[in-house]
Amino acid sequence: MERPAHELPKNWSLENAGDGRLLLNMGPSHPAMHGIVRILLSVEGERIKDADVEIGYLHRGFEKTCENVTWNQVVPYTDRLNYVSPFINNVGYALAVEKLMGIETPERCKYARVIMSELSRLTDHLTCLGANAMELGAFTVYFYLINAREDLYRLTDAVAGGRITPAWSRVGGVTRDLPDTFTADTAAVFKKVRANIADADRLLTRNPIFNGRLRGTGRISKEDAVSLAFTGPALRASGVPYDVRKASPYLVYDRFSFDVPVGDAGDNYDRYLVRLEEMRQSMRIVEQALKQLPAGPVNHPDYGVTLPPKEEVYGNIEALMAHFKLTYEGVKPPAGEVYQAVEGGNGELGFYLVSDGTGRPWRMRVRPPCFTLTAGLGRLIKGGYIADIISTFGQINMIGGELER
Amino acid sequence: MPAENILETLKAKLGGKVAETGSFRGDDTAVIAPEAWLEAASLLKKELGFDFLMDLCGADYLPREPRFEVVCHFYSSKTNARLRLKTRLAGEKPAVDSLTSLWLSADWFEREAWDMYGIDFKGHPDLRRLLMYDSFEGHPLRKDYPLKGRQPRIDHKD
Repeated sequence: MERPAHELPKNWSLENAGDGRLLLNMGPSHPAMHGIVRILLSVEGERIKDADVEIGYLHRGFEKTCENVTWNQVVPYTDRLNYVSPFINNVGYALAVEKLMGIETPERCKYARVIMSELSRLTDHLTCLGANAMELGAFTVYFYLINAREDLYRLTDAVAGGRITPAWSRVGGVTRDLPDTFTADTAAVFKKVRANIADADRLLTRNPIFNGRLRGTGRISKEDAVSLAFTGPALRASGVPYDVRKASPYLVYDRFSFDVPVGDAGDNYDRYLVRLEEMRQSMRIVEQALKQLPAGPVNHPDYGVTLPPKEEVYGNIEALMAHFKLTYEGVKPPAGEVYQAVEGGNGELGFYLVSDGTGRPWRMRVRPPCFTLTAGLGRLIKGGYIADIISTFGQINMIGGELER
Repeated sequence: MPAENILETLKAKLGGKVAETGSFRGDDTAVIAPEAWLEAASLLKKELGFDFLMDLCGADYLPREPRFEVVCHFYSSKTNARLRLKTRLAGEKPAVDSLTSLWLSADWFEREAWDMYGIDFKGHPDLRRLLMYDSFEGHPLRKDYPLKGRQPRIDHKD
């Protein structure tokens, strides 16, 4: 901006900047701004000369709140970071605390966490592509993809007891094991999801309108994408094959064969293609994981980490004490600090935790993947048309919950 | 390059400006003197191949002095290495050099750290609040900011 943005008018009208440019407010209450982002545009005709992205409308003090609750009480808050892929957040947080404590969960737990994370990635990408298609006029596709998502939600609902706020993982384990019918249910749901994705693929990928809106818009070079710390589909669309699941495999991701799709143009169309392919790869991972899924417990055996079973609590003084201490004081990781990254729907989701040895986090920092993407939004839309903001904003898949915490 | 070598290289190049190094649970950390912050970051980027500034945040260790920390997480897509770089800032007006000249991602990260902790990043082109509103009083993630702190009402702006 020529003038510092904080000096710019805050009203809702169109202002003439006096040199042929107009200052235009887009959002925060705009149907395509997904609720809560305001972009102050400086436009010349339909062309965007400059843009200032303003966020903070959904800030609710996640990090402050977490410093005042026990380690396990943080889990439900992590659901609300990215509410279209809550399991990845649950699992990433649990992994970070386990890393801090230096413990490992049983094998079955690791597989279950991989499976639920990949189902979450599917719901994330389905929502992103569906909403993007809808905003560009392809309403039918939205229903195909959201129907597929709904089936996946039913599947995850059966495991965790919640559609979008499952609060499923715990430090050292999970709340519930996968149900007995899970493998069969997944196969049935995947059949439908595959059919719906194929429909969307046929309707969109070679559609001239969709191509016209996505190809060449929101383009970013490889160098800029790296410098902006883009991760996930937006980075891979620019040609950098960085995926946390491959680069530093966590859980049991190194035991599955899957491909990481990479684009080259760095535009919205490549982001769309990368997401489309990632969904197919996620289903591949889930199917392999279900085949390899070992039997056994899902929770860490130490009662100082996970809650003892109820029959133990009522029949055995040690378990009763452990239950009491764990509920009131929480798990107590040793003093120290760790950073744990997982591959979220939008890219690297990092948790930086500092423990002072008590039952509560001293510092809890989330590195939200769409934070850097939204930081780069101004750069992505500059020079383009106002209408292209819709496709670009849809493809960076801004999620207010994790962006502003 | 193995992780120990990165810490050793940093120590060799920066000498006494590296206050402390350590590893915990596989994470390598180097604590840098505030005056060498930009120099160390630049060394990481230009000579050691750390092309991603993955994260930058503040932290408050009240009542310890120096009270504040700025914590960076770097990643190298070339060597697949990760490194945490920290610096400790004292006093009522914590300030350190901005990394915006090296990474574009530092822009919003530093704005957030300023907003939440009141850490001044010298050389940042546009350091203003990111998540809170302009007339917000105080910095909410400081340990002496109350959990349920109230703010004065603000006037309606046209």
